[in-house]
Amino acid sequence: MEPFISLDGLVAPLDRSNVDTDAILPKQFMKSIARTGFGPNLFDELRYLDRGEPGQDVSKRPLNRDFMLNQPRYAGASILLTRHNFGCGSSREHAPWALHDYGFRALIAPSFADIFYGNCFKNGMLPIVLPENIVDELFQAVYRAPGYRLIIDLALQRVSNPAGDTWEFEIEAARKDSLLKGLDDIGITFSKAEIIRNYEALRKQQEPWLFPGGA
Amino acid sequence: MTAARTLLEKLWERHVVEEDETGRALLYIDRHLVYEVTSPQAFEGLRLAGRKPWRSDTVLATADHNVPTVWSERSGGVDGISDPLSRIQVRKLGSNCEEFDINEFRLQDRRQGIIHVIGPEQGATLPGMTVVAGDSHTSTHGAFAALAFGVGTSEVEHVLATQCLSMQRMKPMLVKVEGDLRPGVTAKDLILHIIGRIGTAGGTGYAIEFAGSTIRDLSMEGRMTLCNMAIEAGARVGLVAVDRKTIDYLEGRPFAPEGKQWAAAVEYWKTLKTDDGAVFDRTIEVDASALQPMVSWGTSPEMVVPIDEVVPDPSNEADPVRRAGMERALAYMGLRAGMRISDIAPDKVFIGSCTNARIEDLRLAAKVVKGRHVSNSIVQALVVPGSGLVKEQAEAEGLDRIFIEAGFEWREPGCSMCLGMNSDRLGDGERCASTSNRNFEGRQGAGGRTHLVSPVVAAATAIAGHFADDHHFDVRE
Repeated sequence: MEPFISLDGLVAPLDRSNVDTDAILPKQFMKSIARTGFGPNLFDELRYLDRGEPGQDVSKRPLNRDFMLNQPRYAGASILLTRHNFGCGSSREHAPWALHDYGFRALIAPSFADIFYGNCFKNGMLPIVLPENIVDELFQAVYRAPGYRLIIDLALQRVSNPAGDTWEFEIEAARKDSLLKGLDDIGITFSKAEIIRNYEALRKQQEPWLFPGGA
Repeated sequence: MTAARTLLEKLWERHVVEEDETGRALLYIDRHLVYEVTSPQAFEGLRLAGRKPWRSDTVLATADHNVPTVWSERSGGVDGISDPLSRIQVRKLGSNCEEFDINEFRLQDRRQGIIHVIGPEQGATLPGMTVVAGDSHTSTHGAFAALAFGVGTSEVEHVLATQCLSMQRMKPMLVKVEGDLRPGVTAKDLILHIIGRIGTAGGTGYAIEFAGSTIRDLSMEGRMTLCNMAIEAGARVGLVAVDRKTIDYLEGRPFAPEGKQWAAAVEYWKTLKTDDGAVFDRTIEVDASALQPMVSWGTSPEMVVPIDEVVPDPSNEADPVRRAGMERALAYMGLRAGMRISDIAPDKVFIGSCTNARIEDLRLAAKVVKGRHVSNSIVQALVVPGSGLVKEQAEAEGLDRIFIEAGFEWREPGCSMCLGMNSDRLGDGERCASTSNRNFEGRQGAGGRTHLVSPVVAAATAIAGHFADDHHFDVRE
């Protein structure tokens, strides 16, 4: 997996709470059997004025100029600033894939939906929870100052701006370690095959009906 | 004597392969349900790493999200699917299941259906199991006291490869529901009420156990409806303790244990309930006898009101972010604050989805519809059974005739208009009374407007042409 160590990035504001995974990537784009190529359709219904379908040449589609990603000042943003319960709804990993494919590497919000939050880590993307009043301040700062950037240091669990303001955030130790090192989660579990087999042997005695094939 | 434990704790501890001091555990997964949309990248990952499924006998697969529900298209099998991308996805599931020796119910198999309907129906979901799928509504299976939750595609691959997941413990939350539901008020209304009360993030980080006299009185179908929408309250897991109904439902199902093993299983399953005195991190109490049928008015499942009320006024909301959300929802939904819910007239009615497409749901709807006709103002009314076996059962009971004679379309099983990945969709601006679970912008089709309701309200609304419950409807007649 791609590691995340630190990031100095432009911040794009999505000033809504409860942004759901259907809004992040509408279902028609989930018909792809690949993991990449979702970036052009990130926030499709907010970003374009026409109806998006897979396989379109997005350069010819009419843009919603009011949507922040279409404003030149946010071009190249890698940090998404948003509101409560971001990523609610389905478990589709296509949502974090689309954010990552577009270029986002970190997300800041007062809260995230559980499944989405976990899916971000699987893709080298860091979701940061900051208190609502700080998120409010950051929104004001982003609106005030074109080109507003933030610096994220995962090892220190710290967000800072070039003026020197800093905010610390919480993250579970295991997740932090995995992101910093870009660990292969499946490989790690696989290395514990013996422990898993021992567990299975015990379960097979306790609940043999779960092992009809004899495992 | 061991300390009193919640059902969640019992299930969690039974599945811990190893756990560190922070509560992060390697959790063993007993059942994995796989479908066409969130699995192809996981199978590709296995291939790239040269891995095989750890235990392919724990995996049950079927295509549901993309499949056509019209017989003319469905009868051609995979090759008959007209959308080329859907066809590729469904075909890919088939070839992956063949390659990795996974039991798949193919498109023309009568056991095919929505994964969250067929798991319990087959007895593939059993008490005490951990159940995962690459779909958030996997919470449904918690109705059987299984620890069941949705995962992303990376974790689908992780479970395929290792039979385990690395997870942090969830916190136990109790929703205690007491009292009798009034006639015409269902499990769907109850869960919509709960979501309205605690909000779509109210259960974040928790597993919600539903308990109390009302829950004990619910059928297994009703309990599945309840647990299904735990995720709409933010909780990945919904749970109901095992009782006689759980055991009776499962006995004789194809994947359920038999003979001596059945007896041993039942003994164990009876222990799958929260001990007296166990502690929950949060408790909510609900008086079921006060509930009315619910209708969602906005673009989040927490935006719900009783059917007799009016669309709420954002200007009464103090919080500016919430107020802006309400205003945007009203604009999207084409509604005005203060409108009576019963004055809102949908264009379409959808009865189906993993929330409400089981036999009991169809019986409830058919009871309202019988001998009546869909209003002229309704352009389409769909009934999409949750599985081929639900469809067969409904047909054996004559429910299909009741729906068809009333002007409903009787379709083949699948997820259908719940999320509109197939051709069953809402057009721009179309309004739908839907028994599904999400009313997000564009959920049922770009520009579509979804109102979440029970099968009773969906049926009565189809007949009346505006939001109605069976009571209103009888008065009208």
